[in-house]
Amino acid sequence: PDALCERDKVKFTVHTKTTLSSFQKPDFSVPRQHEDFIWLHDALVETEDYAGLIIPPAPPKPDFESPRDKMHKLGEGEATMTKEEYTKMKQELEAEYLAVFKKTVQVHEVFLQRLSSHPVLSKDRNFQIFLEYDQDLSVRRKNAKEMFGGFFKNMVKSADEVLISGIKEVDDFFEQEKTFLLDYYSKIKDSTAKAEKMTRSHKNIADDYIHISATLNSLCAEDSTPNKKDLWKLNLAFFIHLQKVEGRVASDQELKLTELLRYYMRDIQAAKDLLYRRARALVDYENSNKALDKARLKSKDIPQAEEHQRQSLQKFDKLSESAKKELTSFKGRRVVAFRKNLIEMAELEIKHAKVSSVLFSLCVSLAVCS
Amino acid sequence: MEPNGVSVIHIGDQQVSLQPPSFLIPSLPPGTLSLTTRTMASSADRNPPPFPASEEPEPELSDMADGDSDEGEDIFVSNVCLQPCHTFYNSLKVESFFFPPLFLGDGMNAYVAYKVSTRTSLPMFKSKAFTARRRFSDFLGLYEKLSAKQSLHGCIIPPPPEKSVVGMTKVKVGMDDPSSVEFVEKRRAALERYLQRIVSHPLLLQDPDVREFLERDDLPRAVNTQALSGAGFLKMITKASDAVSKMTIKMNESDTWFEDKFQEVDMEEQQLRKLHAVVDSLVNHRKELCMNTAVFAKSMAMLGNSEDNTALSRALSQLAEVEDKMEQLHQEQAGSDFFVFAELLADYIRLLGAVRGCFDQRVRAWQRWQEAQSTLQKKREAEAKLLWANKPDKLQQAKEEIGEWEAKVTQYERDFDRIGMTVRKEVLRFELLSDWSRHVLTVFVCLALISFQLIKFWEAFLPEAKAIA
Repeated sequence: PDALCERDKVKFTVHTKTTLSSFQKPDFSVPRQHEDFIWLHDALVETEDYAGLIIPPAPPKPDFESPRDKMHKLGEGEATMTKEEYTKMKQELEAEYLAVFKKTVQVHEVFLQRLSSHPVLSKDRNFQIFLEYDQDLSVRRKNAKEMFGGFFKNMVKSADEVLISGIKEVDDFFEQEKTFLLDYYSKIKDSTAKAEKMTRSHKNIADDYIHISATLNSLCAEDSTPNKKDLWKLNLAFFIHLQKVEGRVASDQELKLTELLRYYMRDIQAAKDLLYRRARALVDYENSNKALDKARLKSKDIPQAEEHQRQSLQKFDKLSESAKKELTSFKGRRVVAFRKNLIEMAELEIKHAKVSSVLFSLCVSLAVCS
Repeated sequence: MEPNGVSVIHIGDQQVSLQPPSFLIPSLPPGTLSLTTRTMASSADRNPPPFPASEEPEPELSDMADGDSDEGEDIFVSNVCLQPCHTFYNSLKVESFFFPPLFLGDGMNAYVAYKVSTRTSLPMFKSKAFTARRRFSDFLGLYEKLSAKQSLHGCIIPPPPEKSVVGMTKVKVGMDDPSSVEFVEKRRAALERYLQRIVSHPLLLQDPDVREFLERDDLPRAVNTQALSGAGFLKMITKASDAVSKMTIKMNESDTWFEDKFQEVDMEEQQLRKLHAVVDSLVNHRKELCMNTAVFAKSMAMLGNSEDNTALSRALSQLAEVEDKMEQLHQEQAGSDFFVFAELLADYIRLLGAVRGCFDQRVRAWQRWQEAQSTLQKKREAEAKLLWANKPDKLQQAKEEIGEWEAKVTQYERDFDRIGMTVRKEVLRFELLSDWSRHVLTVFVCLALISFQLIKFWEAFLPEAKAIA
């Protein structure tokens, strides 16, 4: 499936092309909103059958807050800046807005794509409804109670996690995975935060260059002596280019590196959830064992206890199996994604460095000649 | 001649050396001034960013001489460059070291002593090379003396860096704090530029005070530069009264040239102030970026460690290294260059203030002249009255006074004209942008080199990334 976007109020157009027979038409598109995606994700999470699968993380809410704030500040500060400076800053902001937009689209798209490429999840009824239903899904927004309930559930879950992490793990594979994932998660969270700070600094610098070039511009305009003027012009050109380069570096870096880290942070969270579910199943199983033993001691309710135990064992086994598969494929996926993004980032950086080196050499020769 | 251990890039006739070590010995063709630096912060281990060595090309001075020749008096300028047989060079070094307090009670009286070394072949100095230890208030004292004397002639005196009570207290209290080391370094560089400007001004160089400053072992402590002293208050009062008199008496400007120049200077100052603010924020952001990149590199390294896929792990740690290297590069080179930008801008703003002061001097001279004229007028009227009232003895006195005042009037008029001419010459000579352009060149070169390095780094990283299986 494909996702196009319109502006305003973030409506997504989900465009699907399929050859599966389960769909009515081979090619269709429906409008969706962000909340619909969230609904789909939650529905998948709540389905018991999918407990053994890693559900891809829900895309984060589209965040236009920061560019909107900046726009506002820009509007306020308009009086102090010259016309060109203002237009330049506005352009920058618009570019940023666009970048945020693109990112959002990308994230949603990735979500859908992962769902559709997953052998089991793509057959999910909810998913199909999501893709097909012509009218507005009019998903019931979580009202306050549900929100609170969800929050509470999360708290219980994290408390549980702590308890469960103490459980002895029967399978070495899972033990390893658990420690690895926990460790990796904390590290990647750290890296994401730092990467974000770094890209923000880059953006700040790019903004500064805009201001500098604007001031130089006005200096240039007012100065009468010709050689001074040339010098200022040269400086101006220099700074403008610097700014462009810096700005582009910043946005590229953000897209590749930071986004990558952010996405995988969330993915690992999902993997951890999987492990958690499995651990809970294990606990259930052990509990049912204990209940069985107790029942055997008391010699009553034995058949139910046995049945219960058998069921939980079955569940546990199924879960473990699918979990194993999921985790291995997850690892492979992660490595591939990192590779792709790192390569792309390196190539972009090289391109930028080459461009800027050419520019600077040009500036140097110009400065020497003049 | 190659300065020892330094890679020098020859670009045309300018020699720009990159990453100079902390000590450079220049070789100087006749008729040029050069600037060398040496820093010696006693307790700090890190090397403060060195000031690049550069040579002022000779044509610049002679251009100015040509431009001035239609003004007439050119004795001073020609001394500098139209006598090639007179090998003259004057190099200045300012080092700094901390003068340790003798007892604990002397803590707040401790000060930073700067070593001023001069090397010269000018005949007016007693020896070829000498050093003297000076403290900050000495520099301020020199400025006071010079402005008291020279401003009457309408010269532009470069102003010294400002007093900073906060900075100095910090330095006195904690020597190991990196920000205080930075402060001392900033001050040292500023003082050096200040002295360099004074020395390159031909008029000021002739002044015995300057010579004394450079030569004498021990200067009497310039007490009147202290912030809270009688002299300080006096200064504030005179400044206030000046401002008031400026507002009340408007000079009718006969010479439009001065009017235009004044406007220009004013506008330029405003713009430069704005520019300075922005460059300041740029410097701060760069510092921030360096910090953030370093931190990020570390966390990436940790991430690489915990990654179990070996190829990816290696790639991630490589990435961390690349980022780290980038950060170091940026910090050392571009960071310090932009920092010096900001400093230069601040200097220029102060200099422009001094230029303004120059104009003010001229206005004040005119005022004096006008006052003298009006007094003369009054005396003449008094004389006429006396004549009419027929009092012979008072008449004689009145006649004497008139003669006196007439002399004063002519003298003031001549003063005014002379100041006018000097101011004109000074302003023409005032080459705001010579160091600026040199500096911009170094920044360009620096950034070009950085980008080359970056290419290399990233290209080294690329196969690693590709090798992730």
